[in-house]
Amino acid sequence: MRRQVRVQTADFDIAAEWAACRARCGGGAGAVVAFGGLVRDRTGEAESPVRGLHLEHFPGMTEAGIERMVDQAGERWRLLDVTVVHRVGTLAPEDQIVLVLVAAPHRPDAFAACEFLMDHLKTDAVFWKKERRASGDAWLQATLGDRDRRAAWCSEDGGRQGQTGGSDGR
Amino acid sequence: MRVTVRFFASLREALGRERLDVDVADPTVAGVCAALAGALNKCQREALEAPGVRVAVNQVLAHRSAPLAAGDEVAFLPPVTGG
Repeated sequence: MRRQVRVQTADFDIAAEWAACRARCGGGAGAVVAFGGLVRDRTGEAESPVRGLHLEHFPGMTEAGIERMVDQAGERWRLLDVTVVHRVGTLAPEDQIVLVLVAAPHRPDAFAACEFLMDHLKTDAVFWKKERRASGDAWLQATLGDRDRRAAWCSEDGGRQGQTGGSDGR
Repeated sequence: MRVTVRFFASLREALGRERLDVDVADPTVAGVCAALAGALNKCQREALEAPGVRVAVNQVLAHRSAPLAAGDEVAFLPPVTGG
């Protein structure tokens, strides 16, 4: 399995990443699953609109942690190529924030690994998020729903009852 | 012995700095906390000692008893909120 992990302020081009993934895989890939995360403009019904997010990371440690997650996915499923691109810095609603691209010989492995990676990125990756609101900016806490989703991967049946949280809709 | 200390996100804001060099008598993570305590006000100490704050030595999570060498980087990380 090959892996590419990047943390960057610049936007990314899903089509270009998809094409590069296909080129690396040659004829071995039967499936490519892509997940793109976007910044939402709200988190809850009663809350004031979110003007955006500010994301901070720990250069080096953040990338190493994501690479370990990808390696865990590679041990769990048969994968050919994994790309994770995560943005940091100041983002606005509708901006792209994260891309997970998984190529595998077969569809079930690609789907499962993509979801596994997103659930782990949401809870374990070394990022800190600050919501920018008209009422002021505030650092976020991890949501219970995200932790539940992440914990479910440790149980045998893998059944999850996720609930969404956070202003990025993921 | 001198080590570099870094703070991230809410801790950086609470402490008003991103990094500083600290001379420690006790070359452990706990020793760094002790050395910092004198330079911080009550509010800042509480932020540093809040539940969930983790410490990384040279980018690897470490216990408070972890030994340090000169030039090590000791980073204080508030609870991560994920990507």
